[in-house]
Amino acid sequence: MNLKKTLLASALMSLALGAVQTQAADVPAGVKLADVQELVRGGGAEPATLDPQKVEGTPGSHRTRELFEGLYNLDGDGNLTPGVATSYTTNSDNTVYTFNLRKDAKWSNGESVTAHDFVFGFQRAVDPVTASAYAWYVEIPSIVNASKIINGKADVKSLGVKAVDDYTFEVTLERPVPYFVKMTSHQTLFPAPRKVIEKYGSEWVKPGNMVSNGAYKLDSWIVNEKMEMVRNDQYWNNEKTVIDKVTFLPLENDSADLKRYEAGEIDITWNLPSDHFKRLKKESPDEVIITPQLGTYYYQFNTKVEPYNNPDVRKALSFAINRDVITKYVTGVGEQPAYTFTPSIVNGFNPETPAYAKMTQKEREAEAKKLLQSAGYDKNNPLTFNLLYNTNDGHKRIAIAIASMWKKTLGVEVTLENQEWKTYLETRKAGDFQVARAGWIGDYNEASTMLDLLTSTHGNNDGKYSNAEYDRLLNEAKTMKNPSINYNKAEEIAINQDMAVAPIYTYVTKRMKKPYVGGYQPNPEDNIYTRDMYIIAH
Amino acid sequence: MLTFIFKRIFEAIPTLLILITVSFFLMHSAPGSPFSSERSLPPEVLANINAKYHLDEPVINQFFYYLGGVLQGDLGPSFRYKDFTINELVAQSLPVSAEIGIWSFIIAVVIGVSCGIYAALRQNSLVDYFVMAFANIGIVLPNFVLAPLCILFFSIYLKWLPAGGWNDGAWPYLVMPVIAMSTSYIAQIARITRGSMIETMHSNFIRTARAKGLPSYRIILQHALRPTMLPVISYLGPAFVGIITGSVIVDVYFGTGGIGQHFINGALNRDYSMVMGVTILVGSLTILFNAVVDILYAVIDPKIRY
Amino acid sequence: MMLTKDKIEAVEDFAQQVTEIEGRSLWQDARRRFLSNHAAVISLIILGIIALLALVGPFLSVWSYEDIDWEALSDIENLGRPSFESGHYFGTDVLGRDIFVRTMQGGQISLLVGILGSFVAIVIGTLYGATSGYLGGRVDSIMMRALEILNSFPFMFFVIILMTIFGRHIFLIFVAIGAISWLDMARIVRGQTLSLKNKEYIEAAHACGVSSFKIITRHIIPNLLGIVVVYATLLVPGMILLESFISFLGLGVQEPMTSWGALISEGAGTMELAIWQLAWPLTFLILTLFCFNFLGDGLRDALDPKDR
Repeated sequence: MNLKKTLLASALMSLALGAVQTQAADVPAGVKLADVQELVRGGGAEPATLDPQKVEGTPGSHRTRELFEGLYNLDGDGNLTPGVATSYTTNSDNTVYTFNLRKDAKWSNGESVTAHDFVFGFQRAVDPVTASAYAWYVEIPSIVNASKIINGKADVKSLGVKAVDDYTFEVTLERPVPYFVKMTSHQTLFPAPRKVIEKYGSEWVKPGNMVSNGAYKLDSWIVNEKMEMVRNDQYWNNEKTVIDKVTFLPLENDSADLKRYEAGEIDITWNLPSDHFKRLKKESPDEVIITPQLGTYYYQFNTKVEPYNNPDVRKALSFAINRDVITKYVTGVGEQPAYTFTPSIVNGFNPETPAYAKMTQKEREAEAKKLLQSAGYDKNNPLTFNLLYNTNDGHKRIAIAIASMWKKTLGVEVTLENQEWKTYLETRKAGDFQVARAGWIGDYNEASTMLDLLTSTHGNNDGKYSNAEYDRLLNEAKTMKNPSINYNKAEEIAINQDMAVAPIYTYVTKRMKKPYVGGYQPNPEDNIYTRDMYIIAH
Repeated sequence: MLTFIFKRIFEAIPTLLILITVSFFLMHSAPGSPFSSERSLPPEVLANINAKYHLDEPVINQFFYYLGGVLQGDLGPSFRYKDFTINELVAQSLPVSAEIGIWSFIIAVVIGVSCGIYAALRQNSLVDYFVMAFANIGIVLPNFVLAPLCILFFSIYLKWLPAGGWNDGAWPYLVMPVIAMSTSYIAQIARITRGSMIETMHSNFIRTARAKGLPSYRIILQHALRPTMLPVISYLGPAFVGIITGSVIVDVYFGTGGIGQHFINGALNRDYSMVMGVTILVGSLTILFNAVVDILYAVIDPKIRY
Repeated sequence: MMLTKDKIEAVEDFAQQVTEIEGRSLWQDARRRFLSNHAAVISLIILGIIALLALVGPFLSVWSYEDIDWEALSDIENLGRPSFESGHYFGTDVLGRDIFVRTMQGGQISLLVGILGSFVAIVIGTLYGATSGYLGGRVDSIMMRALEILNSFPFMFFVIILMTIFGRHIFLIFVAIGAISWLDMARIVRGQTLSLKNKEYIEAAHACGVSSFKIITRHIIPNLLGIVVVYATLLVPGMILLESFISFLGLGVQEPMTSWGALISEGAGTMELAIWQLAWPLTFLILTLFCFNFLGDGLRDALDPKDR
């Protein structure tokens, strides 16, 4: 696994020392609350599962965050706030973490949340019988024996987790991993109600069976219609929770999502169709919420095929893309043009502007022509290739616009090729493409979540870019105190020098939110908690 | 008649078996797997998941596992909705689509047949053109245009109806899905009825009836209606299966949670057991309603023998 | 001599008259009845104009179907409006491409898919249905069960596999559409055949020792034409819409080419903002489909062997 994390340890240190405010709805004085505190949220696709240890994908994360709570939470700025744990200590070499759990944390059936529930949850996540798609998440902080258990070479019981007593939970790591505590805010490391799971088996996540320890509990779930959650009276911070009921509507279609918002049936949408952005911005500017997201939309070159193994060709194609036109008119909801692979909003690293980003578009286009000519392509011998993208309206528009730019400035003949999602994935994995659309959303707020993707051994490096120096820099960065120097060098090599991929823009999350919903805290990681929100009288 | 029914039941078994076999192997030959995603899973994690769903075994073994399950009435676990089995998902979504479907069917047949007959009796007059133009609105307005148009008009502009949801089929939630679902069937039924009615009215026995001076409503109801309905019924058999198994457009736009979207999403997500489940469902319903059509044929036209 | 010459001439005249009468009694008769149906004739003319426009339309504009008007792209809701000054007679789509040219180019694809698809469906469906219904017995059973299997088949997988094995090609649209659209046709034809085959004239032909194939092609099918034509004109809109659905899934026409169905499904997303993006292709589709309907009714009436 290459998703190694190197988060800043300093933020964690402050936490261990001082008291930190807990998260909860913070209603400003003078705000009159509505009598009915019920929230309806557009929920994206129907999640694959509600079982915290098995959840994959953002729709599932959003829902499990409402239902369960782990050791710690992350607030809007990416800082730790106490969850079930109130404090923790580490041993001298930072490999043993001891968490002190709060005694008032309860499951929705009234039983206490104990260290044993965490032991069981962690063990479940790696147990091959659970077959969780996120089992690798436990390997990253190098919890003792996690990899062996996943590979079936060790018993689940041998995992480096222990309940010292009911309210003291101990985790042993194979090597010091400073960002481990931050990782506990993720659903894979949530506690699991052992008795309930043993009683109902895989049926435990059904309404009626499920027992949860978050601010809400599951009330009903009708697949593809709605999922309703109601206040969990047993939640330790229940007094501070304002909203009584939250409903998630599974709406994959953005325009259906928006229509139901406009009909007054949804309070916060999941997404919004870009076409409507201008109109909505004009009609109801306060309701449109655009938040930069930690992710980059890019075009990937297959660096193993002629002539895309030639950096000049890659650069020529990248230079000829007018990113301002794409972000202003084609996507047009406030995405930022991207010239580096890492978005600048990432925590603790501010990527330097590469040389080619400082040129004007005219200069870039002139340079592109020169580069392509030097690679042996001109009007009489035009470069021709297929541009692969998955079937989606947004991807289609960007592909058409960029193909047209390439044709106009470079005389390149592009054939657009769209494939249905799973076929597209297969084609990309097999390296059966020349240039392909791709995107990557960071797993955590740190630059390596992006940059690791271009290392030669990364499982998702479908363009097969490989540069020994790049690999070395990133490997070194993992143990560095301030890895920014290495990250900048890596960006310089992979993008400005080699143009392994052509970054196009930085993703944004785009939502509509009714003005009467308060407490919504947008953040780059899109960690949204209903328990922070409240409905103002309207 | 009884032997006919037994014969049909007997024939249904090999038919379904062939359907299951062909679909199963075709499905597994499609690229991609239920667990392929943008982030490829580490091999050891993928191995555990594949083992859980038997995907690590040869397809032929998987086929026999599946067939074994089906024979016991178990359509298997969903690969996409991991907390549910196909049986549960079908039990949840089929009644929704069936309710929308049955209402749509009734409305489509009533309006379609009356328009068709009315137009046929005034063949080539302005009334004919007008009635048929009305009936055809549904077919010329694709339902992916009609559905958002309805929402825009009834929910956002007039605020009369909810823009989506199901709420156990309360009537305000039923109206727009039924409109979107029935319109294209109205057009088809009206056209087939009109053509068939005109043909019937030109046949000798109607002329005889006319010559005898029977009043025209009696001619229509007693003599013309039966033969007119023959081609309509052979259209209605498969149409009924189509209409009660829902539509992806209706499910997506109105968020009804019907079974229609499982047909498309099942395939796109490579939810193998879902695809097989809906295939078997449609197969069984098709066989059933084709048999019903054949029986109705024999009832309406006693000359037909099987 | 004169007399015989006159006689010969008279006989020749008569012979000519005879052939004329025979000619009229078959196709001329149908043509006469068709031409007397005004709605059908007007529809045919309109369809001809649409087809012609689809062919020559792209040459009437300064834009091509794939050109992006970068200026209009900056403000589609205003600069992308239909206008003669900008040369976008029908306005532009969300990417600043000319809707007029794209509607015409899309018309070529949609009409081709609609007409060729229906033709395939008619030929296969009619032959299959008539054979099944006429032969009856075990053959009928097997043929009908085969139809049930095909009908229940997961169509989506068929499409996905076609796409991966053969790559993307416009020809595949016909294969995919043709493969499913003849099924309903076959069932309807078979149903009609069942009631036809007990008719006296079929029994008479059978008694005279006419072969089954000849009975099907000479006696059964002509009597089915009415219902076949009606159903065929129903198929055309179905085909055009099915094509848009297949396009939506990624198998249909590949951008930058388009079809009416694809244009309409794109336009449906922006109907509150830029109604012209939906209105123009939809107008053409509606006009075409109505014309096909009236044309179908006209043909049905004209071809009805009982209608004298």
